[in-house]
Amino acid sequence: MESPVLRIENFCAGFDSNQVLKDINLSILRNKITAVMGPSGCGKTTLIRCINRMHELIPNANVSGKILLDEQNIFDLDPIIVRRKIGMVFQRPNPFPTMSIYDNVIAGYNLNGIRISKGDKDRIVEESLKKAALWDEVKDALHRKGTFLSGGQQQRLCIARALAMDPEILLLDEPTSALDPKSTAHIEELVVHLKDAVTIIQVTHNIPQAARISDFTAFIYLGELVEFGPTEKLFTVPKDKRTEEYLTGKFG
Amino acid sequence: MKESSLRRRIFADRAFQALVALLSFCAILPMFFILFFITKNGIAVINWNFLTRLPAPVGETGGGIANGIIGSGLLIVLSSVIAVPVGVLTGIYLAEHRKGKFAYLSRLSVEILMGIPSIVIGIIAYIWVVMPTGSFSAISGGVALGIMMLPVIVMSTEETLKLIPDSLKEASLALGVSYPRTILKVILPAGLNGIVTGVLLSVARVTGETAPLLFTAFGSPFMAVNILKPVSALPLTVFNYATSPYPEWHALAWGASFVLLVFVLALNLTAKLGLRKWKVQF
Amino acid sequence: MIQPIEGGAGQTPARAKTRDKTMTQTKAETAQAHYRPGFTLSEAAFRKILYLAGISVLVLLIAIFLSLLIASLPSIKALGISFLTGRTWDPVTLKFGALPFLVGTLITSFLALLISTFFSIPISIFLGYYYREGKASSFVKTVIELLAGIPSVIYGFWGLFFFVPIIRFIETALGVPPYGVGILASSLILAIMIIPYSASLGREVISLVPNDLKEAALSLGATRFEVIRKVILPYARSGIFAGILLSLGRALGETMAVTMLIGNSNFLPTSIFSPANTMASVIANEFTEATGAVYLSSLIELALLLFVVTTIINIIGKIIIIKTSFEA
Ligand SMILES: Nc1ncnc2c1ncn2[C@@H]1O[C@H](COP(=O)(O)OP(=O)(O)OP(=O)(O)O)[C@@H](O)[C@H]1O
Ligand SMILES: [Mg+2]
Repeated sequence: MESPVLRIENFCAGFDSNQVLKDINLSILRNKITAVMGPSGCGKTTLIRCINRMHELIPNANVSGKILLDEQNIFDLDPIIVRRKIGMVFQRPNPFPTMSIYDNVIAGYNLNGIRISKGDKDRIVEESLKKAALWDEVKDALHRKGTFLSGGQQQRLCIARALAMDPEILLLDEPTSALDPKSTAHIEELVVHLKDAVTIIQVTHNIPQAARISDFTAFIYLGELVEFGPTEKLFTVPKDKRTEEYLTGKFG
Repeated sequence: MKESSLRRRIFADRAFQALVALLSFCAILPMFFILFFITKNGIAVINWNFLTRLPAPVGETGGGIANGIIGSGLLIVLSSVIAVPVGVLTGIYLAEHRKGKFAYLSRLSVEILMGIPSIVIGIIAYIWVVMPTGSFSAISGGVALGIMMLPVIVMSTEETLKLIPDSLKEASLALGVSYPRTILKVILPAGLNGIVTGVLLSVARVTGETAPLLFTAFGSPFMAVNILKPVSALPLTVFNYATSPYPEWHALAWGASFVLLVFVLALNLTAKLGLRKWKVQF
Repeated sequence: MIQPIEGGAGQTPARAKTRDKTMTQTKAETAQAHYRPGFTLSEAAFRKILYLAGISVLVLLIAIFLSLLIASLPSIKALGISFLTGRTWDPVTLKFGALPFLVGTLITSFLALLISTFFSIPISIFLGYYYREGKASSFVKTVIELLAGIPSVIYGFWGLFFFVPIIRFIETALGVPPYGVGILASSLILAIMIIPYSASLGREVISLVPNDLKEAALSLGATRFEVIRKVILPYARSGIFAGILLSLGRALGETMAVTMLIGNSNFLPTSIFSPANTMASVIANEFTEATGAVYLSSLIELALLLFVVTTIINIIGKIIIIKTSFEA
């Protein structure tokens, strides 16, 4: 069996005295979709923000334990390198308002001062937009502002922007929660297609969505990893009572 | 009985509203008087020579305010070079540190700086620059005006950057962009409109300042561009001519006032209205 | 064990060092190979620069105060308290009693404050209650803002040709010496100049009065006038006061317009028609010709006084604003 691309070991995180995540142990397999679900406030966002070291941007944040990316502890790396290898898409679409669609996609290169030829840029923009299933809609408007797009399109633009950096892992934090059903379906479909290219960890509030798209599911409750396993198994024969209660809508 | 007291109350209500409107109207009247006076008296003397010639000696007619225009331009450049970088960086600092004792002290200092009378700033520039160098100079005027610009730029930069959603910063950091690059290449461009507005307003604020120039830039009847020598400035021109006893010079003062007023009001209006169009939408 | 992370993006130099050896095995590496930043500014250096900028304004303020204080020392040593109480200002005989200027400053400022309040409060009500939106409101607001932008020297010049003849006429009618210039002329022009400052804060606090309070009063049958009197003014009182205080700060230090209109007399004023001098105007008039250490230093001491007084007024105003915005 393939070794995991990401291993989270004895991991705790929180803010000052508020310990949000308690002793998390989790292995993420390459080219699979892992859904992270749990009731509001249980620490889903905190977990994935730790994975690309965004958590520590908050002044009073703290962490302990290990997160191993390709067997290397990300806390021994430069956070900037970690963030380039692990892309992130946020709950609300956040394209750069001063940039065109084209510049948004290539922003990871331009902003980092990575010099590549115009031809390479064109290729990366086209490939990324195609992967994000946005190319056909915007190929004639690449030089318009990204903020003119609809919410769903903006979110796909943000996915394209993350994909352009060719990350190993893509983190998605409830990417559809601010979108209408049609855009949601579009993004779900896209995520399933993407797993051939990139490992995906998606936070979701939406239980059916986790069932539809993910290969593995992690259920977090009050900062603890209650259950983790193949989605089919977890949804049909949950081991823990709390998982069962959550799936049947008893809380959250 | 009740009927009449109600009528009285309604009358009081109407009367008060009319009074408020009347007094408000009176308060904005001076604006139109000033515009009228300055335009009426000023426009008559404005012509190409007036804008491009140096002042003529007493008794001779003609002569212009070119030295004042050039001097004001020089002073604006000098003060901007001093104030814009420091002001923008301080604004970034304050926007990035919203809480904390030190940021609070820094913010308070900016507000106090904003309220210091301009004549006091003039004395400071005299002590700091004129006394050590032993001469009135454009650079000392630039220092005085720069100190006056600083708080305006800091405040508008801070206000602007505070309104930029954090999600933008996170988007950039999540792409592996370093903190300095995130600030300089994502946050600053997104707030450019507000920062430029602040710079324009600060330039408008100092262009009309006379008091801090009286014993720094001092004034000069020549076409001076040496920053170590005294220079004239439009407001100094207005002051010197307006307080002179000669009617010909009063005419020059009206003309200089007109030029100064048009410039300052245009800057204010551009800053407040014009730049809205280019505002970044989030 | 939970370890705190160093603030910010946590890029410490120690971590930065590990960068090279970790750049080997991944896909993103192809991109890294091209990593040639246009400028290299480390996060630590950048944060230090920002910090220095943040500290610079505090340093500037302290430096201003100390410079004024040191430059005033000769005068403080030579004159002591008599500087504040002496009625005679005569540089020729080395008499530097600044009382006439203190009195001149206080009278012009408070008279101006009194006049401006008559207009600034109605404007605050006009813009903050009756006409919060619409063309009339934005017109009045823009004009008021532009009034704040007119250079002081232009106010003074206009005052010379507009107010001075009017006042001279009044003075002739009243049988007092018709100087025209004097305390009244400068107070009038000062009043116009400070209206925008108190009006803008007043408008803000009045428009911040919660809607449900106003509606509750209206639904009880109160007229709008009664709402203003019983609800809005009590609620906005301290904010309006803060605005007036801040405009007082402006008036005390205003120089050019006053210098041009006050008549420049170094004697104690006897009526509101007297020519006089304020602290700011005497500095503007005499600083460049001040010969002798004590003369120059005593003018700087006036500036120090102005600095201290305006700073205290501004701080009190700020405190009131902060307090009221917490209550709201
Ligand atoms: N900046 C912060 N400072 C202090 N505590 C925080 C901060 N952000 C989040 N928390 C706390 O951390 C806990 C977990 O928050 P988190 O955002 O990870 O939850 P979540 O599972 O993503 O919830 P949701 O489904 O609502 O997005 C919450 O109890 C919250 O109160
Ligand atoms: Mg969340």
